[in-house]
Amino acid sequence: MSSENGPAFDALEVGEVVAERAVELTRDSLVRYAGASGDFNPIHYNEVVAESVGLPGVIAHGMLTMGTAASVVEEWAGPGNVVDLQTRFTRPVPVPAIGEAAVSFTAKVGALDAETRTARIDVTVEHDGQKVLGKAQAVVSCT
Amino acid sequence: MPVNIDAVGRAYGPHEPYEVTRIKIREFADAVDARSFAHRSEEAARAEGYPDVVAPTTFAVVIAQQAEFHVVVDPEVGVDFSRVVHADERFTHHRPIIAGDLISATVHIDDIKQRGGISMVTTRTELSDEDGAPVSTVTSTLAVREEA
Repeated sequence: MSSENGPAFDALEVGEVVAERAVELTRDSLVRYAGASGDFNPIHYNEVVAESVGLPGVIAHGMLTMGTAASVVEEWAGPGNVVDLQTRFTRPVPVPAIGEAAVSFTAKVGALDAETRTARIDVTVEHDGQKVLGKAQAVVSCT
Repeated sequence: MPVNIDAVGRAYGPHEPYEVTRIKIREFADAVDARSFAHRSEEAARAEGYPDVVAPTTFAVVIAQQAEFHVVVDPEVGVDFSRVVHADERFTHHRPIIAGDLISATVHIDDIKQRGGISMVTTRTELSDEDGAPVSTVTSTLAVREEA
């Protein structure tokens, strides 16, 4: 829609890294996301419940990881310019009671569509050397 | 009890519309580390061409998950929430969500696939504004493990 504030399409190249961010998720992050989103599933704050359903411990909301990936892309793309975003949740991110879980985000141009002047941005999200999101792709409206 | 495949095609809502507020957008932006001032200040949003504070990309989940809850609690669908894992998610925005929007949500059960003791339940939530114009389509798949 409002892509007047979007990235310049003609300057983009497939394979180019457009944004990167390193985030340290803590239990505070999870409680904050629970409150902001309304997702109060106890596996995101209660060790006993998480372990009782076979998880390695308290894990981050998949939607917190996806939402942060969106923020990394949106900071580059300009607010409101991510018109489509999809992902699979392939691996949980355990978050310790004390300390943090380091998660890295790398956003690259995956494809360019000259007809619609949109860029497909592929986001690689890793924790502990392994990918935690599968096929994380955003479509960005460009100028 | 396994998930009921016959539930495909069911729809729920719209229920009472969700009122999008500046404070909720800011709270959500803080939670997902969305750094633009356009999520926080009306002036900054106007400078980006929006009439008011604009929501981060995944804010629609706040509204969609409320709608999806109607599926999870329907006894005739049979989802055991303690056995649910989120498998995938997709947002298709027809326009950005802006503070002041009154959003209605209708959730559709589009697909249920069963394989190897797991039911994959795919819902599609259509968000629309006060004028009935489409705002976002949110597609979500839950993996439900059946009892061994």
